[in-house]
Amino acid sequence: MHPFAIELLQLLMLLGLAPAFAGWVKVVKCRLQGRTSPGILQPYRDIGRLFVKDVVLAENASWIFRFTPYLAFGVTVLAGGIIPLISVDLPLAATADIIALVMLFAIIRFFTALAGMDIGTAFGGMGASREMMISSLAEPAMLMAVFTVSLASSSTSLTHMVTVMAHNPLMIRPSLAFALIAFIMIALAETGRIPVDNPATHLELTMIHEAMILEYSGRYLALIEWAGMMKLMLFFSLGIAAFCPWGIAAGGDPPDLALGVAAFIFKLMLGGVIMVLIETGLAKMRIFRVSEYLGSAFLLATLGMIAFFILE
Amino acid sequence: MPPLDLAGFSVLLLLFTAALSPFLSRWERFLIPLAFSLATLASFTAVLAGFLTLLHGTNAAAAIALGLPGLPFNLRLDPLAGFFLVVIGLLSTFVSIYSIGYVRGYLGHRPVTPLVLFYLLFLAGMLMVVLADDAYFFLLSWELMAAASYFLVMFEDERAENRRAAYIYLLVAHVGAIAILLSFGVMAGLASGFDRFDGYTFDAMRSARLSPEWAAAAFFLAFFGFSAKAGVIPLHVWLPEAHPVAPSNVSALMSGVMLKTSIYGMVRVAFDLIRDFPWWWGGIVLVFGLLSAVLGVLYALMQHDLKRLLAYHSVENIGIILIGLGLAMIFTSFHFPALAALALVAALYHTLNHALFKGLLFMGAGAVIHATHERNMEEMGGLIHLLPWTSALFLIGCVSISGLPPFNGFVSEWLTFQAFLLSPELPHPLLKLLVPLGAALLALTGALAAACFVKAFGVTFLGAWRGHRKATRIHEVGLSMRLGMALAAASCLALGVLPTYVIGWMDIIPERLFGGQIASSAGKFGWMWLTPYSHERASYSGPVVFCGILAVVAVAYLLLHVRGAAIRRAPLWDCGFERITPRMQYTANAFAMPIRRIFGFLFAIREEVEILSPRNHAVTAERFHYRLRIRDRFWNWLYTPLAVAAFWIARWVGKLQQGRIQVYLLYSFVTLIVLLAFLG
Amino acid sequence: MSNALVVQLNMLLAALILLTSFALLVQRRIFAILHIFAWQGFFLGLSTAIIGYATGVHHLYVSSLLTLGMKVVLLPYILYKLIHKLKIHREIESMINTPATMMVGIALVIFSYHLTAPIRQLSSLMTRSTLALALATVMLGLLMMVTRRHAVSQIMGFLAMENGLFFAATSATYGMPMVVELGVALDLLIAAFIFGIFFFHINTTFDSLDVEQMAKLKETD
Repeated sequence: MHPFAIELLQLLMLLGLAPAFAGWVKVVKCRLQGRTSPGILQPYRDIGRLFVKDVVLAENASWIFRFTPYLAFGVTVLAGGIIPLISVDLPLAATADIIALVMLFAIIRFFTALAGMDIGTAFGGMGASREMMISSLAEPAMLMAVFTVSLASSSTSLTHMVTVMAHNPLMIRPSLAFALIAFIMIALAETGRIPVDNPATHLELTMIHEAMILEYSGRYLALIEWAGMMKLMLFFSLGIAAFCPWGIAAGGDPPDLALGVAAFIFKLMLGGVIMVLIETGLAKMRIFRVSEYLGSAFLLATLGMIAFFILE
Repeated sequence: MPPLDLAGFSVLLLLFTAALSPFLSRWERFLIPLAFSLATLASFTAVLAGFLTLLHGTNAAAAIALGLPGLPFNLRLDPLAGFFLVVIGLLSTFVSIYSIGYVRGYLGHRPVTPLVLFYLLFLAGMLMVVLADDAYFFLLSWELMAAASYFLVMFEDERAENRRAAYIYLLVAHVGAIAILLSFGVMAGLASGFDRFDGYTFDAMRSARLSPEWAAAAFFLAFFGFSAKAGVIPLHVWLPEAHPVAPSNVSALMSGVMLKTSIYGMVRVAFDLIRDFPWWWGGIVLVFGLLSAVLGVLYALMQHDLKRLLAYHSVENIGIILIGLGLAMIFTSFHFPALAALALVAALYHTLNHALFKGLLFMGAGAVIHATHERNMEEMGGLIHLLPWTSALFLIGCVSISGLPPFNGFVSEWLTFQAFLLSPELPHPLLKLLVPLGAALLALTGALAAACFVKAFGVTFLGAWRGHRKATRIHEVGLSMRLGMALAAASCLALGVLPTYVIGWMDIIPERLFGGQIASSAGKFGWMWLTPYSHERASYSGPVVFCGILAVVAVAYLLLHVRGAAIRRAPLWDCGFERITPRMQYTANAFAMPIRRIFGFLFAIREEVEILSPRNHAVTAERFHYRLRIRDRFWNWLYTPLAVAAFWIARWVGKLQQGRIQVYLLYSFVTLIVLLAFLG
Repeated sequence: MSNALVVQLNMLLAALILLTSFALLVQRRIFAILHIFAWQGFFLGLSTAIIGYATGVHHLYVSSLLTLGMKVVLLPYILYKLIHKLKIHREIESMINTPATMMVGIALVIFSYHLTAPIRQLSSLMTRSTLALALATVMLGLLMMVTRRHAVSQIMGFLAMENGLFFAATSATYGMPMVVELGVALDLLIAAFIFGIFFFHINTTFDSLDVEQMAKLKETD
């Protein structure tokens, strides 16, 4: 297949599968907690309904508030074109290395926080303030994890990392294990999952991400929700690409691609189950415990780096 | 016209206009557009001169027989100087355009001729610093720059606060200047022997062979002196005092480019005059850079005065530049010219970027203050509806300084990260482990800066107006101010989207200084792909990011607006209680609270809650008073003891003062006797 | 097992031991500290056994069994009983600035790497690279004793330090002579009993195991 066709396929996969993945997480969670689930297709129905509904906009919302959902959506889709999901042969992959990719997600956060401040409620400001606090603590840990991972392949370019990882013989690397745990912890914080934030809550004092987007409705909310689902899936893809890329296609051969798609979906579903286990096993922590949580993530990532230099 | 002539023309034009301006002080309405248009022209000429130098790699020198007999002024325009001419000239061009409208705002309130005069002298001083090729002319220009900026800070001198700020500024600037003088003295003395004068040219210093101890002394004296001017922590205290009280166009220049002359000085001394140094020099520069970056941004987060906040961000950004510089020095000392070139280009790129976005932000802050007559963010809010242009341009500045793609701040920070990521190549085992921790601190800085600018933009421009006065008389600022800001904003975007060109032009600087190049690898895949070291290592494409985001946003917008679903405006959700008022919004202090709690140990914080109620109980309270006072710890740790010591010494020395003429004569007499005894 | 695999496994265990030291450093709950300590002992025993297997130094098997028996079963069990008896098993320790402690810990690891650099260059053993981590474990144990306020966690710090020493001995010279190891094991056991007695006394005197309380014993202010 032509690289551009792969790119297109990947983007369609991202757009189409992200709600299903969110639904899968919900289904597993419900099953684990002994509830009946709304089914894997519920997020599609939610988004569809939101797109049809009219928009109710706060009185003093400015263009920032209306622009943010589009931007969040645009940046997420672009990021989806950069991370190799099913094949290494991506024309857009060179657009950003893993550091630039993290910064791309920072754009979304920046503007979502501004949108939270835009409407002028206490909730919006609160959410923005907390989100920015968490992200500033997550960023050094993220960089350290990235640094540790990049040591093995001496590269931060995702395609190169994937190639090196997928072709080198399997060996036990404590540095990667540490970095992986750190990455999972950070990813939970960055995507607003338990134990840092609870995507299901609408209780005033515990909201972080939800507090910022509380005033959104209609198609704006649909875009934000969709982008959020894609972001969750992309963080999983990032983890898959950086730590366990086995099965990804090296070129554009259709059988390889089919294998790549299958491997990707399998790993994604497995990752979802792991996340649900973490979320079910842990309680949401107090906001000022987050500094310790992310401090531990930073510690793990740094230990990974140290382990690389000392041991490997 | 050769570049050096162009630069000379630019300086002369500025000096000529400055000389002209006192004669036009009766016609200030006419003086402002004339003087600032000429300043724009001169600045643009300087940009041209610098750009041509970079493009052709020329290295022109000249000696002018002015000044003291036998000590001519030496000038030189090499690529390094050319780059800084571009930095200074570019922002000065934009700020001069902006000033036409901004300074007009003072008409009728106070005479503006001093502002015009010292503004021009200030610009000329900065250009001369960069052009100087000997210690004498350098220090002369340095002092011209310092003195002119002192008077500019003092411009609104009726307020005691301003006089105090200007005094602190002058003090720190001069302590720094003494250190620089001593540093040049060491180098010149060792170049030619201490009994001759011809070692004062930079050429003589370059050819001198310094022993390691003397070289270290010279470098660290210069580093101290330039740090004082640049506001490196712990010498930063003048910055947050002086920037807020100066007129905003001056703050833009001081923060945007005056601080950069000290970066120029450091690069010149380390890489050009001394050249041969051990790695720990770079390590010390790196540590101070990290310290300034992290503490600067944390202090900035605690501010609610818009210009003070920006001033602390200058401390942060100088820190980021020093990080790049320190890395470049470390790489150079281990003989990795290509890596050193990457780090140096990152540092210089950030220098250019910071000049542009900080200039833009100060101009924006000036526009806000111009419109609202208010510096406290807690009294603003909702200005996006009243100042649509200013807010959009200010937002571009915020995004750029927060290091978000596709704007320029991201590119230089990303390059700095790439330099960090190459540190495993170093042969020193301890450095391998320690240097990456610096990268983590840089990441922390970047994320905190983003938090700070969410706060700055959110509290100032978003939400609803918080002020006590009515917001009805606030209008968008005039055309020239908008134009100045828009040009700076456009440059921020251009430098972010097309970094490959800029790096190609800058490449000659590291090549001339230590023979390292990155353009051949950075631009290997054409203008669209930036691959600083090799394409397997890392790549970034500004154009794709910019166009990609734009394209998806446009498609989503078009698809959703085909149907044209209705938008209904409604009041805010108030949880079923009373209607939400603007006073219920999150304030700047509230926004920074989580970070204040986590990093509180770095500040001297005093927090008081006073409950005004009959029985002093929170439940029956009618009103609460909340007071928060955050001080820079360095005042208590460093400056107060220093001041106490200085006063103590002064008191002792003061005992010499008797007030009786005979005693003073006795002093002179004794001095004479002693001198005769020694010299005779 | 191939030699490369042994080296890799040993590194993994070394990394895990380091991780458990950090976990001990920041854990608040007393029981959790106990569990982590047991895990550390387990990794240590495993690592010793693997080295013993790979090098053919068979007395290391005895050391390994001793470690597993003492540090995974016996000592935790004694402390477990003690904690129950003193009714402090629900206590959560207040700690000063966990992130800062972690950063100091990282600095100590880097410092030990720096310290062991000359030994690493001289040594030709397959375990030479883990020496830095062993030294770091010792230092982290000491740091734990410095930063903790609770007597029990201070003891855990002490025991973790001993683990580090044991690990250092295995990585530097493939273990101490058998006699020394037996002696140390006996010492530890006796130490644990003495600690127990001390705990009782501190607890009955101050009604708490917070060592800050002991500042009251100072005669002058």
